[in-house]
Amino acid sequence: MTTQILGRSRTNLHLHKNLSFLLGYLVSKSTATSSSSSFQSGGVPFVKCRHAPPPYASSLLGNNSATRLCFWRSESTKAEAQLDLQHYVSEDEDEQVIDFPGGKVAFTPEMTFMAESGQKRVPCYRVLDNNGEPVTFSNYVQVSKEMAVKMYSTMITLQTMDNIFYEVQRQGRISFYLTSAGEEAVNIASAAALSSDDIILPQYREPGVLMWRGFTPQQFADQLFGNTNDFGKGRQMPIHYGSKKHNYLTVSSPIATQLPQAVGAAYSLKMEGKSACAVTYCGDGSTSEGDFHAALNFAAVMEAPVVFICRNNGWAISTPVEQQFRSDGIVVKGQAYGIRSIRVDGNDALAVYSAVHTAREMAIREKRPVLIEALTYRVGHHSTSDDSTKYRPVDEIEYWKMARNPVNRFKRWVERNGWWSEKDELELRSRVREQLLQAIKAAEKEQKPPLEDMFNDVYDQLPSNLKEQERELRETMKKHPSDYPSDVPL
Amino acid sequence: MSAANLVRRIGGRWGSLVSQRGFSTTPTSIIENGAAAEQGVKSLNLYSAINQALHTALDSDPRSYVFGEDVSFGGVFRCTTGLADRFGKSRVFNTPLCEQGIIGFGIGLAAMGNRAIAEIQFADYIFPAFDQIVNEAAKFRYRSGNQFNCGGLTIRAPYGAVGHGGHYHSQSPEAFFCHVPGIKVVIPRSPRQAKGLLLSCIRDPNPVVFFEPKWLYRLAVEEVPEDDYMLPLSEAEVVRQGSDITLVGWGAQLSIMEQACLDAEKEGISCELIDLKTLIPWDKETVEASVKKTGRLLISHEAPVTGGFGAEISSSIVERCFSRLEAPVSRVCGLDTPFPLVFEPFYMPTKNKILDAIKSTVDY
Ligand SMILES: Cc1ncc(C[n+]2csc(CCOP(=O)(O)OP(=O)(O)O)c2C)c(N)n1
Repeated sequence: MTTQILGRSRTNLHLHKNLSFLLGYLVSKSTATSSSSSFQSGGVPFVKCRHAPPPYASSLLGNNSATRLCFWRSESTKAEAQLDLQHYVSEDEDEQVIDFPGGKVAFTPEMTFMAESGQKRVPCYRVLDNNGEPVTFSNYVQVSKEMAVKMYSTMITLQTMDNIFYEVQRQGRISFYLTSAGEEAVNIASAAALSSDDIILPQYREPGVLMWRGFTPQQFADQLFGNTNDFGKGRQMPIHYGSKKHNYLTVSSPIATQLPQAVGAAYSLKMEGKSACAVTYCGDGSTSEGDFHAALNFAAVMEAPVVFICRNNGWAISTPVEQQFRSDGIVVKGQAYGIRSIRVDGNDALAVYSAVHTAREMAIREKRPVLIEALTYRVGHHSTSDDSTKYRPVDEIEYWKMARNPVNRFKRWVERNGWWSEKDELELRSRVREQLLQAIKAAEKEQKPPLEDMFNDVYDQLPSNLKEQERELRETMKKHPSDYPSDVPL
Repeated sequence: MSAANLVRRIGGRWGSLVSQRGFSTTPTSIIENGAAAEQGVKSLNLYSAINQALHTALDSDPRSYVFGEDVSFGGVFRCTTGLADRFGKSRVFNTPLCEQGIIGFGIGLAAMGNRAIAEIQFADYIFPAFDQIVNEAAKFRYRSGNQFNCGGLTIRAPYGAVGHGGHYHSQSPEAFFCHVPGIKVVIPRSPRQAKGLLLSCIRDPNPVVFFEPKWLYRLAVEEVPEDDYMLPLSEAEVVRQGSDITLVGWGAQLSIMEQACLDAEKEGISCELIDLKTLIPWDKETVEASVKKTGRLLISHEAPVTGGFGAEISSSIVERCFSRLEAPVSRVCGLDTPFPLVFEPFYMPTKNKILDAIKSTVDY
């Protein structure tokens, strides 16, 4: 199925180039309705509810596609006329089009400014409603029982980890923490839809991806306590995880820097002929940085197999999205750069899973970037240094925490399938809690990385200035031992 | 943390209390002024002093603006608290998360004759704006033959160690900007200094980068005059007089150096301590006069020693005072590594490192 759709969408894209965007809608719709069931995508069947159009078409059209189609038909005669022009006029072509570097552009006598936004906001793809019921007409990549249970369990593990470490920070045992509360589905479902060969370039609110890949509670705790087992050797603040083994590049605080890097990584995967892509995450605030725009443009031009997943959680610290951008969110920015894009309900694990799964296939097979905007909400404070009630209404937080809780929603679906019970839940929660408390105890007792790790890794080898500085430092420490922490081995 | 007391002490003993007109750098006259102006003085920490300066700036010039990431609700360090309420959302506002945008916007605003007071959330995040600062703000006047300038631009950014900031919430990037003719770089050591210097920067007809020692935001408390006053740029201050060695520093490091001076005094070494305050264009004359008197120089900063601004001071003073020097110039600075979280106590130019360097320089 994916191959079919992708084949078609390539045509769509070609047409998009020549036609107005409106006509692009039309074409995807008409091909969509003519195609039929039994879709296969890399062995994963698409589940179809009633007369579902294929996923790519539906992502463009939303749920009430039939009505939308009629509407667009009547509105798009002008666009069709343009099509005719482009395809059949050849003698006096020069009169009708401008043969501009990069492709021909039709002339128009009408002075029309493109609108600053579409007539309607780009719809948001979802599979499950707030009660965890599959919505009619929805189509999605099927998730097996085993996968669903693992996804749900990992969400609970992530939640539990966040609650415990947040408290540990409050007790002053670690210096900083930041939760993913409210964004568990984006974290876990996106991770589940990827292959472990895919390279992750995270922002900082995606520890669930690393957890999905097998980073253990102990490894999380070791980083947070900056002890000798921390892969980052205690050099960075808490939550700056990274693991070579898990193809998860180390978190860097400066916002959006990972995005263009992901394009370079993706280009390498393409050149090596790997069946893998680069996947990079960012928040809504990050999309204002120059690096975001550089990344999208590079990705399109380099035809890099990279999936951009933007967690639009409504807030960048205290800055609401209206003060961040005036576009219809992030999804529309893809098109400006020539990148296929979709908006999904980030609190719907099945929708995230399906979109990421499909995006990954497109990225790798067609060697192209894909942009996913996941609408979600940062339920917690920005970090332990923040009090978000200073700048946003408590009602808003409560609404997203309760009515739109992504974990509860997925749980209802898993339970309805008979895959999960209250007993499973209790067992899981107490097991995870126990594991985490053990891990914290062990991490706290562990000594810090040795002093030499302060000087190593600045370069591949120690240059003479650092050798000298290390020597001098050790002299000073002999003279003033009480100036230095005793838990750093010398 | 003893820095608090120290800073308080620096404030009490040497902090300058200067009205808008009368500038003063000598300790005696400052104390007199302090006694004279008991009224209208309030005990403030550093972020509140910055906040007062911003209030004053916005109040005294209707064409002044304050903006940056998360500025509206008061900023992540509370420096802009209450400003949006008092002066309105058109003059005090959040920007999108984009440092190059913030500074580029600020340059344009300033070029039209406004005072643009831009906040970069952490000095560590100033680098996306490096191009706008170095190639644009710094050369705006020069490249146009003085037809245009963006002198109304002031860039505020918290800098320096804070005990748990790691790589990206601890850096001291002042030296990068000191290599750029056309901008000024100013760093205050205390609340009273912060208010007076910031107001000078805002009103200076040149673009200024103003780094605020974030470790002192809450920690440093000092009597700060409530009225509108400015402290001069490019004037260093001798905050402690001495005869055996000259110490030069700025910002949060000054209180650490002050502790070293006190300890050295117990061992019979008399230290002269200079707060440089403005790093470019810097007050060579004050440092030179002091070194000619003491014959010895020590510079201390948190930034890595290699290529730090201490190197520039050292080299200039060697050029000017070579025959008067009785020992090599000493630098006690951050080490040549990225700022390391768990190793911060090892990385830092501590009081004892400075004390050891004072002694070995004097004993040379
Ligand atoms: C270049 C840069 N500027 C500023 C910051 C300070 N900062 C840290 S997180 C953040 C907000 C990021 O918001 P968003 O990208 O929406 O992610 P979220 O925290 O909402 O997940 C800011 C401004 C930074 N880390 N890097």
